[in-house]
Amino acid sequence: MFFSRTQRRNPAYRQGFMEMLTVAPGIAAWGLMTGVAMAKSGMSTPDVLAMAILVFAGSSQLAAIPLLAAGAPLWVILATAFCVNLRFVVFSAHLRSYLMHLPRRQRVTAGYFVADLTYVLFTKRYPVPGTTEQERADQMAYLAGNATINWLSWTGCSVLGVVLANYIPSAWGLAFAGVLALTGILCSLATSRMRVLSAMMAAVVAIMAYALPLKLNILVAIAAAVVLCSVLESYLASNVREA
Amino acid sequence: MDALITWLSVWGLNDWNPWTFLTIVLMACVTVITRSFFFIADEPWNLPTWAQRGMQYAPIAALSAVIIPEILMTKGIFIHTWADARIYGALAGAAYFFWRRGSAQAVLGTIVAGMSVYIPLHVGLAW
Repeated sequence: MFFSRTQRRNPAYRQGFMEMLTVAPGIAAWGLMTGVAMAKSGMSTPDVLAMAILVFAGSSQLAAIPLLAAGAPLWVILATAFCVNLRFVVFSAHLRSYLMHLPRRQRVTAGYFVADLTYVLFTKRYPVPGTTEQERADQMAYLAGNATINWLSWTGCSVLGVVLANYIPSAWGLAFAGVLALTGILCSLATSRMRVLSAMMAAVVAIMAYALPLKLNILVAIAAAVVLCSVLESYLASNVREA
Repeated sequence: MDALITWLSVWGLNDWNPWTFLTIVLMACVTVITRSFFFIADEPWNLPTWAQRGMQYAPIAALSAVIIPEILMTKGIFIHTWADARIYGALAGAAYFFWRRGSAQAVLGTIVAGMSVYIPLHVGLAW
């Protein structure tokens, strides 16, 4: 069971929790500033709180706020949220082989909680899907522990940001702590030349394609980096075989 | 009645809009659908091997694509000044990480080191 007691007793749950905890201050600061932005958007307090607690996707929240304020049609707002979230669709393709052993309801529950950093830390900790019962149980426990602290620090601080909106000037630049948390994780992933190449390719494409609407530059950048590295990898492998 | 309206308005409940609330609930559904997209259906299928291998490059690419524009761009334009606190904050954070890599607190240190360079430059010098 996802989030069951057995899962919380698994040592991997604690491991996932602790690994995310060192990143949590960045997530917290980011959540706080998202809360402030939502509170100042002119939405009513119950709506802002509902958004802070339920949606759990910072970039789609920030994209939806001006549309809600402008009274955009429902389908436009949902289509925007979907497009801004498209990178998660890519992540779900990667996670499929890790999760298919669970019943659907639990898979979808797990899916809701797999935000960017949980995905990144999980696939870093477990590069291949588990094959035995025990490995799978450990992986799911890690995922649950990691997601728990991520959800708590993001949502808790968003709510705090909504409440304290008038006392936290955005001029302090607290949101930059979120960028730094991701920078730290980015550095920790840079363990091979190919991965560094992937990061550089993605950065260049994301900047060049920045003018695309709906944050589609991120999706294009991920696709370009993955294709470049895959092609290069198979080219290098075939060269080694011929030599 | 007036007292009730005053009390409700303190919490913003007097202008509560069910349509906005419905939109928010449906946005949460969009979060679930996008994050579970390829494992909602029960049908068995597997990613082709090349795609499965290529996926190992997706996490670092995703992070890079999200944060590098946050550091190097202002309002959609590549920065054209060195007087930008984000450059030095990010460099200080990365330097700390590679100095302390392997330690359990390396990412926490990245945040602290980066902010302690960023905040004085950003607030003090308005970079």
